Amino acid sequence: MEYILIIISALFVNNIVLAQFLGVCPFLGVSNKVNTAVGMSGAVTFVMVLATIVTYLIQTYVLNKLGIAFMQTITFILVIAALVQMVEIILKKISQPLYQALGIFLPLITTNCAVLGVALLVIKKNYNLLEGVVFGAATALGFGLALIILAGIREQLELAEVPDGMKGVPVSLVTAGILALAFMGFTGIVK
Amino acid sequence: MNQLKNFTKGLLKENPILVLVLGTCPTLATTSSSLNGLGMGIATTFVLLGSNVVISFMARLIPDKVRIPAFIVVIASFVTIVDLVMQAFVPDLYKTLGIFIPLIVVNCIVLGRAEAFASKNTVLSSLIDGLGMGLGFTLALGVLGAFREIVGSGSIFGWKFIQGDGILVFILAPGAFIALGYMIALVNKIKKS
Repeated sequence: MEYILIIISALFVNNIVLAQFLGVCPFLGVSNKVNTAVGMSGAVTFVMVLATIVTYLIQTYVLNKLGIAFMQTITFILVIAALVQMVEIILKKISQPLYQALGIFLPLITTNCAVLGVALLVIKKNYNLLEGVVFGAATALGFGLALIILAGIREQLELAEVPDGMKGVPVSLVTAGILALAFMGFTGIVK
Repeated sequence: MNQLKNFTKGLLKENPILVLVLGTCPTLATTSSSLNGLGMGIATTFVLLGSNVVISFMARLIPDKVRIPAFIVVIASFVTIVDLVMQAFVPDLYKTLGIFIPLIVVNCIVLGRAEAFASKNTVLSSLIDGLGMGLGFTLALGVLGAFREIVGSGSIFGWKFIQGDGILVFILAPGAFIALGYMIALVNKIKKS
């Protein structure tokens, strides 16, 4: 039951992009086409779950043990950057099709604040490892959900007549705002 | 003259938020009131200033291949300093901004300036560039925060001048997206004419 609550909360109520504003840059950057949006969400899910596990272990077994929790920011960002590099190299060796599907998105993920954000949130909320993984996966799915919905809308939007100044980023932001308004309807399902 | 240009370009012509559209996450998340917006802006300015200066000092010493990780370590160190200082001296603000203080590390503006400007220019120019960009960021956050606070709760810097509730949605998440969208549209319009 607890896990279901975490999933619903991360997916709809506290959607990472639309309610918590993490990962807005890729949210605006790669939401032109539904296909790329799907690829990006796949890559983010993969890295986010991995990063959550690794950073959790480092926090409990290295940083807390040594009493250097203030090194959290530096350690986490380096770990995530290294992890992304490693995933890229391994994928390239092991699975060419998967690499071609996710490869181009991987370098972009290091600067995705959602990944570091989730790693920090898991520690802040005092989750255990399993809860952290569930939270990470659900958050990534929430990111994918928002990204794919916006990409779908933006594909339609290309046919619409948008005033000059509103073209590009502004109209996407306003669309995202209306989307966030819709997601507010979920408020109250879970605390 | 040249240095003046380095300073002013961050304020309007290359404003990191309104023109380059970098660092949208903290922009949207921390501007629910003008004070939060300014606090976040000043914290980011400090990190930007520090990392720009240190990186322009070290740029020639760092091998090209490990440049990005090295930059990230420098930036993360400054973020940790800001994090600890804010926790000690402005605990209320620290609590409100929460997770977005450590997240300055992944703010694209900071790494972007390190890579695009500080690694190629002198220490003085980098200092001025960091200051200009930081102030441009703070300015945009302050204006957006002030707008959202006035419309959303009828107050500015916590001083209430309109009785009643205001349009609540502007303090909540959707209002952030919509307000920033129209603000960028306005800047686009002004730039074109």
